[in-house]
Amino acid sequence: MWRSLWTLVRRDISLIVMRRQDVLTVVAFFVIVTTLFPLAVGPEPEILRALAPGGVWVAAALASLISLDRLFADDWRDGTLEQIVLGRQPLPLVALGKITAHWLSLGLPLVVISPLLGYSLGLRGFELAVLAWSLALGTPVLSLLGATGAALMLGVRAGGALMALLVLPLYVPVLVIGSGAVNEAMHQAGPYAHLSLLGAMLAIALPLAPLAVAGALRISLD
Amino acid sequence: MLSARDLSCRRGGRPLFAGIGFSVEPGQLLFVRGRNGCGKTTLLRAICGLTELESGHVYLNGEDIRKLDDSARADIVYVGHRDAVKDEFTPLENLAVHQGLRGERHDETRCLDTLEEVGLAGYEDVPVRFLSQGQRRRTALARLLLSSSPLWVLDEPLTALDTGAVDWLLDRLNKHLAQGGLAVTTSHQTFDGLHEANCLDLS
Amino acid sequence: MSSRRIPWLTFAAPRNFHLLVQVLVPWLAGVAVLLAIAGLYTGFFVAPPDYQQGNSYRIMFIHVPAAWMGMFLYLLMAMYAVIHLVWRIRLADVMARSLAPTGALMTFMALWTGALWGAPTWGTYWVWDARLTSTLILLFLYLGYMALRATVDDRESGGRAASLLALVGAINVPIIYFSVEWWHTLHQGMSVTLTSAPTMAPSMFAALLLMTGACWLYCAAITLRRAQVQVLEDEADAQWVRDLLQPPTAESARTAEDPAGTIREEGHS
Repeated sequence: MWRSLWTLVRRDISLIVMRRQDVLTVVAFFVIVTTLFPLAVGPEPEILRALAPGGVWVAAALASLISLDRLFADDWRDGTLEQIVLGRQPLPLVALGKITAHWLSLGLPLVVISPLLGYSLGLRGFELAVLAWSLALGTPVLSLLGATGAALMLGVRAGGALMALLVLPLYVPVLVIGSGAVNEAMHQAGPYAHLSLLGAMLAIALPLAPLAVAGALRISLD
Repeated sequence: MLSARDLSCRRGGRPLFAGIGFSVEPGQLLFVRGRNGCGKTTLLRAICGLTELESGHVYLNGEDIRKLDDSARADIVYVGHRDAVKDEFTPLENLAVHQGLRGERHDETRCLDTLEEVGLAGYEDVPVRFLSQGQRRRTALARLLLSSSPLWVLDEPLTALDTGAVDWLLDRLNKHLAQGGLAVTTSHQTFDGLHEANCLDLS
Repeated sequence: MSSRRIPWLTFAAPRNFHLLVQVLVPWLAGVAVLLAIAGLYTGFFVAPPDYQQGNSYRIMFIHVPAAWMGMFLYLLMAMYAVIHLVWRIRLADVMARSLAPTGALMTFMALWTGALWGAPTWGTYWVWDARLTSTLILLFLYLGYMALRATVDDRESGGRAASLLALVGAINVPIIYFSVEWWHTLHQGMSVTLTSAPTMAPSMFAALLLMTGACWLYCAAITLRRAQVQVLEDEADAQWVRDLLQPPTAESARTAEDPAGTIREEGHS
């Protein structure tokens, strides 16, 4: 069982690495959306600094959303998903494996690049560390929640916009707590309560979301 | 053996088929016929346990197909319409992934032998997106030879195959049946030279 | 088989459900109208003006019941979704589906009346108040459910997909409420809290209760009626629906003698 799971994770990562442009597209999207904030709001450092936590977090949530489009869609289209369901491993574990591979290749780059974007908007030092940490804890939750939506959307006409409507309301708590952590750090308060809450969300989503994803995949394949 | 009783299915509020039953003994082939849209693919997916039917159950060796445990699920190999071949990978990598997903150890020599048998010698390391539809289909069919599963479920296996490949596939199918295997298949073409074909007419 | 013996599942059978609704709906609707008249009268003429807000507070008699129903109906919908997913009872799906538009309407009414109330009280139609914001997100959850429902062609699998979404949403509802509450306390600067007087005049309370009852009964009536129509549509082929639509005439009595023939014809159409 573990062998097949390992095969799956390795396969997914190597597929994404082969399609490097996907990673680049998502990262570029993240950067561009963040760039739009100063362009729309104006270059005053004070205003930008106040907007920074929310701006980076909104951009990250949107980037996570668009990256999830292809999480199951390719495998569904060419029939691999059927073979995976027929395979020997429990479907929730498969879902977890796929989400892990997806986050490692598409979520982690966002976390890595986020301090740069935060810096450009005026965050400094400790705040940047908190920003990266909050994203490191938060984006996996976004992936887990979004995967449920992605699995439900398989084979549905008019995917993208509907997917946003289904998934974005579920993103609200993560967004609030995640950008809240950075805000706390900016106001000389400890961000640890917020970071712990994000950790708690991850701990809840990690076992539950794969079950929902597995259910959604079964429904979509039916 | 494979058996089913009283299968019925509705799609979009419309009955697709109803009251379907059959039984396939080792060494037998079940040939599902019918016009387009009569539910052949749905029936085949139900036989694999992928689709949930409105009523009825499919049993493999007396066990409900939707409740098979992990090892029993390895008794089925399914080659569907969508052939589960990744464009980005080479045929060899595709087979390796397939073995991994089924929880088998990757056996490179066996994979190479199989690819040679399906006529893909020399193409083992070419990404599938550079291959033709027929070669792609052969990569998918190579999965049949890799596993020792007794039940083959083939949805339109002859699509995109040339005459040589068709002959080869029928030959393999006969061998599989002669060894006591079971098979369920659909096709628009008629299968010549197959023994013991039970026909199931859906329309 | 065993389910037949459980009495409360009797009404999961489409025909019994239809008959039950046929009896219930006029009563529910009638009582709803009576309660609404009583509630509006009490609210507008009996209840005293608020010592701070004057008469503008009276919109509360629509606003508060609508907000309660919006939230309550979502949880009810999620409950039916779970019943549908676990026990595969089709009627539960029909109920969940019929609840969604009413729930969305109630949530929208809560937002709308909230905005109208906000104008005289807070001086603006919209503030990012915690309760307003979470109600808005609730509306999005409803819209997502209905959109998914409408997009999936196959009613069976579309129903299960939507049920799963409702369930995931319901698990998230408390987390969303909590996080929005948290978010709001973070940004104290702009907070305008809605503190109604802790002691409510008895007549205000009575009006609120009456209006809540009216709202609840209205929702029940309209949902059941919608579900009934859905059931009739789903079962359009069944004999009992045909009997219902065409009272037995000489011709249908003849076909009733040969039900096999009718069914065969149906299968080919």
